[in-house]
Amino acid sequence: MRVTAMVKRILKQLIRDKRTIGLLIFAPILVLTMLYFVFNGEDYVPRIGLVDAPESFVEQLDDRKATLSLFEEEGDAEAKIAEKELDAYIKFVGGQPELILEGSDPTVTGATMEWVQEAFQPRQPENAPQLKVDTMFGSDDMGQFDYFGPVLLGFFVFFFVFLIAGVSFLRERTTGTLERLLATPLRKWEIVVGYVIGFGIFTMIQSTIIASYAVYVLGMVMEGAFFHVLLVILLLAFTALSLGILLSTFAHNELQMMQFIPIIVVPQIFFSGLFNLDTIAEWLSWISYVTPLYYAADALRDIMVRGYGFTEIYINLLVLLGFTLFFMMMNILVLRKFRTM
Amino acid sequence: MKKVNICVSVQNVSKSYGIHSVLQDIHLDILEGEIFGLLGPSGAGKTTLVKELAGLDTPTEGANYLFGQKMPNLNLVQRIGYMAQSDALYTELSAKENLRFFSELYGLKGRKQVERIEEVAEIVQLSNHLSKVVSNYSGGMKRRLSLAIALLHEPELLILDEPTVGIDPLLRKNIWRAFQSLKERGKTLIVTTHVMDEADKCDRLGLLRNGKLIAVGTPGELKRQTGTKTIEEAFLYFGGEQS
Repeated sequence: MRVTAMVKRILKQLIRDKRTIGLLIFAPILVLTMLYFVFNGEDYVPRIGLVDAPESFVEQLDDRKATLSLFEEEGDAEAKIAEKELDAYIKFVGGQPELILEGSDPTVTGATMEWVQEAFQPRQPENAPQLKVDTMFGSDDMGQFDYFGPVLLGFFVFFFVFLIAGVSFLRERTTGTLERLLATPLRKWEIVVGYVIGFGIFTMIQSTIIASYAVYVLGMVMEGAFFHVLLVILLLAFTALSLGILLSTFAHNELQMMQFIPIIVVPQIFFSGLFNLDTIAEWLSWISYVTPLYYAADALRDIMVRGYGFTEIYINLLVLLGFTLFFMMMNILVLRKFRTM
Repeated sequence: MKKVNICVSVQNVSKSYGIHSVLQDIHLDILEGEIFGLLGPSGAGKTTLVKELAGLDTPTEGANYLFGQKMPNLNLVQRIGYMAQSDALYTELSAKENLRFFSELYGLKGRKQVERIEEVAEIVQLSNHLSKVVSNYSGGMKRRLSLAIALLHEPELLILDEPTVGIDPLLRKNIWRAFQSLKERGKTLIVTTHVMDEADKCDRLGLLRNGKLIAVGTPGELKRQTGTKTIEEAFLYFGGEQS
């Protein structure tokens, strides 16, 4: 009854705040769309100059994957690199090819090197055995976006729910309504549970929209069940929200709430599996095991990329639930600061 | 004279935050069915004292008893109506939605809820403005809405922290009339104020200064004791004696 009153009030307040709703739904959609275009763009076509190259060599080059231009003098090619119109040039010193790279952008350097290596590879004989490629999960044409997508989906839910719930609770404290609530028979756990359910309902709607957009409009890979994705996101949202409320107790105003973003939210991106965790320094790797986003991202990737079902992700779900319950207990304890009864 | 019960008993209460002392050894009994005014300048400790009575704070030393039971006690909260010094309202919601939310917290539902909301809105004269969103309210209207919320569940004891700040004189008179009628219905009211002319309307007064209760009595008694004509002069007299 009292919890229901809390839930109804929170939802009403959220609905009144059109701008925040817009932020919660359209900001992730906008960012995901931009990432889609960034990651799924065409392969980079390197621009390569050839200085005084033998004709026989130029003829056999594959000019579909690179833009080639010919130079008489090395100085001209150098000048073009300085003007950023060329990424590299190949010169021949006594018949031996030499590659000079612009070298400041690793992506461009990588693409150039790849093309050059392919160009200088000895021709395979016609009847050589062809390597057959197959993947256990995903596919060999899966883009970066498909791999990052599930993690980013989780991240946006975490980030926005953390912030909005934290700020809402902070306002409850700074405007005195929290104190007013504590002067009513409302119990401390009812406040916390009311918040979790109220924002939980809203997050359900928010994440359904965002996940549907990512999967059905942007075509993010989706091997498993959509329902499982929502389940993971909901539990992650609970964690974000209980953590946001908890930390809001240590902030005096909205700006101080923002200060938690670089400390609490951003590090989670690095340890969530967006970047390969095996390359992280060993003495730091334990951090990923205490970041909620890691468990959510792992489960989301299992469902979306590997097509796993409930039996493979339930441990991650339990861990997220554990985080939530822990933060909720802490919240109730912290509320004792305001009322001991 | 018929026997009156003690509603609130403040016993040896001191409060300090670190080395900063806010209340010093307060003894005070508030009787059932009276309007008790806590008078003092800002920073005197009025709010701290009423917060302790509402269960939102605890004394460093001593104890507060309400209806014979020690505070804080969640079971007593239902019997108290509290109005904080700052308007604790949800400004995104309408006045009616605020009233409905708080009445649900006090367990009011259905017909009873609708009736009570109408009644309290009538008392604070906001009946015509209930559907307005609170952010469009004036300061005085917010104050009245806070008061209405405190009255919702028909509490036996009303703890009102500066209830009439920012309310125009005519309306203030009406609100005091409402206090009188609540008193006639057997309710106990604790009202903090720093407006001296309101003090005269209380049955008894407690004068607070620098965390000390410097005098307690009816407005008449206080004036007689000090040989002064106004509460303000009486306050200065007691204040001077202390320092």
